[in-house]
Amino acid sequence: MNAPTAPIAGISDPSHGPRSPSAVGHGVSHHFKHNADLALKDAKLQVALAEMRSSFRGRHDAARKALPEFKALSDHAKAIKQHVLANLDSYLERFEAKVKEAGGQVHWCNDAAEARDRVLAICRSTGARSVTKGKTMVGEEIAINAHLEANGILPVETDLGEYIIQLRGETPSHIIAPAIHVSKEGVADTFRAHHTDLDPARPLTEIPAMLAEARGKLRARFLAADVGITGANFLIAETGSSVIVTNEGNGDLTQTLPRIHIVLAGIEKVVPTLEDATAIFRVLARSATGQEMSVYTTVSTGPRRAHDLDGPAEYHVILLDNGRSAVLGTEFEDMLRCIRCGACMDHCPVYHAIGGHAYGSVYPGPIGAVLTPALFGLDQARDLPNASTLCGRCESVCPMQIPLPRMLRQWRERSFERHLPPARERWGLKAWAWLARHPRLYRLATATAARLLRRPATGRIRRLPLGQAWTATRDFPAATGRTFQEQWRRRA
Amino acid sequence: MIDKTNLPAPHVALFVTCLVDLMRPAVGFAAVKLLEQAGCRVSVPKAQTCCGQPAYNSGDRADAQAIARQVIAAFEPYDYVVVPSGSCAGMIHAHYPALFAADAAWKARAEALAAKTHELVSFLTDRRGITGVPAQLNAVATYHDSCSGLRELGIREQPRQLLRSVAGLTLRELEGSEVCCGFGGTFCVKYGAISDRIVADKVADIAATGADLLLAGDLGCLLNMAGKLSRQGHKIDCRHVAEVLADMTDTPPIGRGPVEPL
Repeated sequence: MNAPTAPIAGISDPSHGPRSPSAVGHGVSHHFKHNADLALKDAKLQVALAEMRSSFRGRHDAARKALPEFKALSDHAKAIKQHVLANLDSYLERFEAKVKEAGGQVHWCNDAAEARDRVLAICRSTGARSVTKGKTMVGEEIAINAHLEANGILPVETDLGEYIIQLRGETPSHIIAPAIHVSKEGVADTFRAHHTDLDPARPLTEIPAMLAEARGKLRARFLAADVGITGANFLIAETGSSVIVTNEGNGDLTQTLPRIHIVLAGIEKVVPTLEDATAIFRVLARSATGQEMSVYTTVSTGPRRAHDLDGPAEYHVILLDNGRSAVLGTEFEDMLRCIRCGACMDHCPVYHAIGGHAYGSVYPGPIGAVLTPALFGLDQARDLPNASTLCGRCESVCPMQIPLPRMLRQWRERSFERHLPPARERWGLKAWAWLARHPRLYRLATATAARLLRRPATGRIRRLPLGQAWTATRDFPAATGRTFQEQWRRRA
Repeated sequence: MIDKTNLPAPHVALFVTCLVDLMRPAVGFAAVKLLEQAGCRVSVPKAQTCCGQPAYNSGDRADAQAIARQVIAAFEPYDYVVVPSGSCAGMIHAHYPALFAADAAWKARAEALAAKTHELVSFLTDRRGITGVPAQLNAVATYHDSCSGLRELGIREQPRQLLRSVAGLTLRELEGSEVCCGFGGTFCVKYGAISDRIVADKVADIAATGADLLLAGDLGCLLNMAGKLSRQGHKIDCRHVAEVLADMTDTPPIGRGPVEPL
């Protein structure tokens, strides 16, 4: 085993930062409610979430409205993905053949462990000591950083947001804005804590200054890396290319400078042609950041050719299944259309309240609540599909028209069938449903309840013994005394 | 108002909803008044209890189906089913057919009922051609778009249109009026702390309008927002939009006393 690369002067080793519990489990937490309570009480997090709410307000809306054909493009993008999912095997095989033709290699991995081992083997084949990384959610899904660290290889995140959270020993709290939970002041504090040569007198209040600070440190990392790992927004079957979109250009340096480029991608990322990818781009950036296009769109096809001026000597694509193929052909298949734009979490009231970490999963928010049970098991994630008001805003902003509320309900049904909700909850529901199926008894019960819930003087209830979850923070408006049914029969 | 002299009055079944029945019958009577003003004959089927949404959204499909069958049987004899709630109307309109996807006979009955089920305000405007109401209220109001009505049934302009016809009423738009209030049915007690965080933001937006009256088309959302406004000491009244449109605002607002003895 190789020793980790010696830290570059002036920067503490990111691998020594504290890892959050969810990062260690690289999956899912059983403690959603507890995490949510902590998030609600975390004053710094709440400041960052409030900033997020106000900065996102109207941004996507404006981007969509500026493009009158958005709905038609979204229909087209959806149709492309539907077609791919119906023919996934043939497109993946075509992609593999084209990658080989271009001199690259494809590695089919059934699960996270296989993918981790394959990445490690590739790194070891070149004696790698450090690895630069572009933003990859599949990298998070397979917890590649921890695996590389444990095996003496230093992974360095090069996306600014990812770099910040790596210094902090955290996982991403959002799929496109990984450090959205950190306020500007928090970023400055993090840099001062880890960039040990940073002049305390130097102001670090504006984003360009922070960017320059990170760039200065990362330059040396880019040059030192033996392997570059990126994700993929698309895999192109007709050319065997992988495509990434970024705003910082870090992806280009990550995949061009080192000797080996490894692409981590879920099997659902393949599309037939470059033209199909460009069609989906038009809805992707608008739904993600509100931009018309991301700043960089980078297409990689195979390793460096004889006449190329730069590029890697080896090009590897890790194709990860990890539960995806099991979803094909089921009522959950629609989730595989996801292009990871993050619009659902940007518009989710629950995400706005607690942020991404409380979900305890690599993928937070509505799409995370749907994906996580599929990738990691429902018993690992029972709370996630339940912790939604089913307000439907996620579905209304999803450029791939994924019926998220429907799938949240489907998971709830699976959960109920398997008796996963607490017995108290299940029996309470059963008792109520029994009453609702017996109208006469129901009317008697509601007539009684209407009287019990009556407060003639104030009209409100400050404390309900069985409704503490409500009355701890809200008054409960009182009933007015007689049910509508009673009064109607009396009138008739 | 449409000319109804030559048309037979449609027979409307009022699905009053479990919350209106139990917590605020005044909304039911306001709905009856509005429907009668719009030339409808109104009946209230006695066998109604709840639309089954708590079971449906909790994953208890069997009970949701059993309750849906009961609702279908009780309401299918009428020309229309009208509901003073976007959420319950959405349940019947958008979700009953899906509940019986694997049962052709019940699916057909569910689809037939879905096709004639409407939320109250959109029924008045879209089906009965009502463009204004004979109501008067001196107030500055703001309106919250409840999620199911907005996104499952496309209700947005209809309540605003009718509210603009209320004499003395000023309507001020609510920033983020399309954002959920955090009620979410059983969500508000299963995840009470998260629900409270969401409604606290909503209440801040409501207060920022400077309105003295909050209106919405769903009692669940209204109970949630009224409860939070009241706990925070705001003097903003809350009413179901039907109460204002029916000119029935003599009763105390939601969560405010005193009320008449029984």
